[in-house]
Amino acid sequence: MTEKHFAGRSASPGIALGPLVTFASELSTRAASGAIEVETEALRSALARALADLRRLIDHSPREAAEILGFQVALLEDDALAEPAFAAIAEGRAAHDAWSDAMAAEAAGYEASDDEYFRARAADLRDIRDRVLAVLAGSDPVADVPPGAIVAAVDLAPSRFLAIDWSCGGALALTEGSATSHVAMLARSRGVPAIVGLGIDLTELVGHALVDAHRGVLIVNPGADARRQFQHDARSASTARARADAAALRPAVTLDGTPIRILLNIADPVELNGLDPSICEGIGLVRTELLFHDRDGLPDEEHQYAIYRRIAEWAQDRPVTIRTLDAGGDKPIPNLTLTGESNPFLGVRGVRLSFARPEVFRTQLRALARAAVHGNVKVMLPMVTLPSELAVARAMLDEEVAALLSKGVPARRPSLGIMVEVPAAAIAADQFDAEFFSIGSNDLTQYVAAAGRDIGAVADLADAVQPAMLRLLRYVVVVARERRIEVSLCGDAGGDPHVLPQLLATGLRCLSMAPALVGHAKLALATLDLRALPEIPPWPA
Amino acid sequence: MLKTSLTGSALITNDVGLHARPSVKLTQLAKRFGAHIEFALDAAGPWVDAKSPVKVMRFKAAKGETLHFRAYGPDAAVALAAILALVERGFAVDGEASPQPPNG
Repeated sequence: MTEKHFAGRSASPGIALGPLVTFASELSTRAASGAIEVETEALRSALARALADLRRLIDHSPREAAEILGFQVALLEDDALAEPAFAAIAEGRAAHDAWSDAMAAEAAGYEASDDEYFRARAADLRDIRDRVLAVLAGSDPVADVPPGAIVAAVDLAPSRFLAIDWSCGGALALTEGSATSHVAMLARSRGVPAIVGLGIDLTELVGHALVDAHRGVLIVNPGADARRQFQHDARSASTARARADAAALRPAVTLDGTPIRILLNIADPVELNGLDPSICEGIGLVRTELLFHDRDGLPDEEHQYAIYRRIAEWAQDRPVTIRTLDAGGDKPIPNLTLTGESNPFLGVRGVRLSFARPEVFRTQLRALARAAVHGNVKVMLPMVTLPSELAVARAMLDEEVAALLSKGVPARRPSLGIMVEVPAAAIAADQFDAEFFSIGSNDLTQYVAAAGRDIGAVADLADAVQPAMLRLLRYVVVVARERRIEVSLCGDAGGDPHVLPQLLATGLRCLSMAPALVGHAKLALATLDLRALPEIPPWPA
Repeated sequence: MLKTSLTGSALITNDVGLHARPSVKLTQLAKRFGAHIEFALDAAGPWVDAKSPVKVMRFKAAKGETLHFRAYGPDAAVALAAILALVERGFAVDGEASPQPPNG
């Protein structure tokens, strides 16, 4: 076995050595082969695979769940289920289309029933449908990832990343993907080394691999020299990590003595487990999208309230800024986000979707207002474009708080601010009657640069500290200062030591970042002399 | 073709009718026999394979409806008797309490 080197881009620093486990991507859509025999065989083997997965799942499920899955197994075992699909394939349909159509017809029969028991079973059919479609598209379950593995995939959904046990190390190697994707964010947050944009075929990734995510290099079947180098690097890395861990507990102060407020970005309350609140001055961004995944339907008010309350209590009296659901764009949620938008990043996402589904939004606002009793909760609206959107959301929040209080439910009106991530909001920042600003540098950069964050080929254009960005940041900071409201930055740039000087040069003094980056950022800040930073010219001039 | 088939019928007495669990129990029991077993909601048909949960579920048979069975093959008699008994005891399998509530 010869040693092979592949170059990609670092999405989360660190090094790892381990066995390669390959995931085909669920993000890739399946291409039809056009050959009847190939499509027939594809569906046949996908059905067999889905059935095997389900049986294994039953073995690991509590009795009630096992019974529900048992029904799905019974249906999948029955040749009658896929008969119409195979008939359609024989007439030239692609396997995935034939299967989707057949299952839609089967589900329609259930949905048409007068009996609610039968109508409810349509959900089982959708579940079976999706399970088989996922196998057809090449997705593999997460169950087989051994501890410490190098997980290789084209790209990876955040929910699947979270399903993997990273406690024994391991790393992520993506042939496509982007350093600003959500899975990259989670990798940084968890301290999992990740390389993206390897640009090779997954079939190259077999055997053992060494990931050097500082340099963005993946070595397949590393030889003795490479392994020796790894051992050496691993020792220095653990020393550096120890230094960063120690630094994380110290205050964030620049070389010239300027204090910087450090906040945390989190996507899942489990990230707070074992984390000392004293490393930060609060939480600058709680993403709530993951709450809306991995469950049967959308989370109800009680479920959301319990989680927001837990985060607020963890932070003690520190502020906790919770962002209302930012679904859409690259974060689709079943039964909520629109499908088939030609350009989802410019479509119904963030607060736009909240206004389209006010009942979902109001449920979240109630849960937030109730959690606000237990800590310093702040509510942040994503993707705000016009001042009128903030006014509408504020009216809805006030209504829900009043309704809760009139029913005797303990609630508090949290302060309401906006993400500054749509260029329109940045340019007209002075027009927004917000109680705080948080600059979402990832989206703001991609919209300012017209360079998609998930498109590796234009990644260089999506530079968070390019001149246009620095002007905008400077302007937003100045507006916030004049209005005496807080402004922070919660994009990935905030935790990147390389761009800290430029960010601080805009006047920013509050940064929100992944927990794993806090120590490194504090070390970098301690070497920075703000008096030596280049001045950013005011804008507009 | 079905000259030698045996027939029988039973009333659905459990509340939820031929729902997911009862359907799975019925088809699992039917599959234990070599006999060809079919059922219908009307003695005149249409008849469907009682070993297919997909087809059984398509009937959406509710409480109070009568299930007609016909079976042929070497063990048809014992198969038919076992299946009718399952329906009559409200789809409770041996050793399991009847799923019917005491007063309903």
